[in-house]
Amino acid sequence: MNWLADFFGDSAHWSGPDGIPVRLLEHLGYSAAAFLVAALIAVPLGMLIGHTGRGALLVVVAANAARALPTLGLLVLVVLLAGVGTVLPVLVPLIVLAVPPILVNTYEGLRGVDADLRDAAYGMGLRGPQVLFRTLTPVALPLILLGLRLSAIQVVSTATVAAFVGLGGLGRFIIDGLATKAYSSVIGGAVLVAALALAVQFGFLLLDRVVVSPGVRQTR
Amino acid sequence: MIEEPLVRWDWIARNWDSGSPSAISTLLENHVVTAFLPVLLGLVVALPLGLACARWRWLYQPTAALMNVTYSLPSLVLFSVFLSVTGLTRATVVIPLTFFALAILIPAVVDGLASVPDPVRQSAVAMGFRPARRLLRVELPVAVPVVLAGLRVATVSSISLVSVGALIGQGGLGNLFIDGWQRQFYTPIVVGIALIVLLAVLADGLLVLAQRLLTPWSRARSTA
Repeated sequence: MNWLADFFGDSAHWSGPDGIPVRLLEHLGYSAAAFLVAALIAVPLGMLIGHTGRGALLVVVAANAARALPTLGLLVLVVLLAGVGTVLPVLVPLIVLAVPPILVNTYEGLRGVDADLRDAAYGMGLRGPQVLFRTLTPVALPLILLGLRLSAIQVVSTATVAAFVGLGGLGRFIIDGLATKAYSSVIGGAVLVAALALAVQFGFLLLDRVVVSPGVRQTR
Repeated sequence: MIEEPLVRWDWIARNWDSGSPSAISTLLENHVVTAFLPVLLGLVVALPLGLACARWRWLYQPTAALMNVTYSLPSLVLFSVFLSVTGLTRATVVIPLTFFALAILIPAVVDGLASVPDPVRQSAVAMGFRPARRLLRVELPVAVPVVLAGLRVATVSSISLVSVGALIGQGGLGNLFIDGWQRQFYTPIVVGIALIVLLAVLADGLLVLAQRLLTPWSRARSTA
């Protein structure tokens, strides 16, 4: 506990280019950018294959294989290939990490919708896209949100490794602390990342409350 | 940029089994042990805990919440926390990875047992199975597909996460990433990524095979 007091009590940690606020903003910046790109790729793609059922096997197998890709290795390789100093290479491994959970859950969510419900929607005269957006998506929303939540948490926690290739973010406190054996910095950084991940988790649970239709929530 | 090939095969040949602690085969061996130990420990702990949660439902909510919190902790964070307790040993990586495995496996065991249809349970009772035998001979076998699905996710993510341990010197093949980064040399990085993905695909395939062997009835049903 002394380490925590050392880290958070030191006023030097609260200002300047390597202060907590700046590092926090950097961390959120990388995470949000990677997460948004991943969501823009994975949600439409998952909806498309979930609705049409085409290419499902291929996508699920590829998503599972992508889960095995080690983020640290990918990060190091992409940064070496693209050159040090820019933020873009960091986003690549984070996006690769973020896509599979969203893709798989969106697909599974749409697939899992009761076939009777789908038939009823067509029977009422809705067309394909209307069925997708007005019937299937609201019912599948809890699973889609679950995918987005898992992915966001993983991105926020993994963005820590960006510090290894010399970029900012909360990982700086951990990596620099490890290098200089300053454990108060390591633990302080760890607590900050964990708090951020929990905040993201909590935020998504709130979002779930707000956007999921009460009717869908009751039947769960 | 320098004209450096992505893979130098002669480097791989020289370093595969060089006998030094940084030989690729030694790292691979370390990686396998460090990745599978947590999954095995996790399964051993998750089975009784999952059974308890399925038996006493009120236990499940707090356990699931705790596991959710654990799962949202970054691996590097847990590694660095345990670094101050267990030092630069394999345990520093194995213990956090065991928690991650638990976070996936406990819900899998609970969901698996919940997936046993009530008529099946009642038939077993009617046939005279006592609770312990019913659990071993009927409920657990029926739960196998769901439990194994969790085991697959836990195994693949464990294999991939071990590499982060390289930042505290215990990363198995992840050490190749650090090596490649420090020398600006692509080959070790590519070798590391390829071997990790290969290992994950292999382990996943073995688990799929295990599921086919453990649940012969699901195959019989699909061909019928």
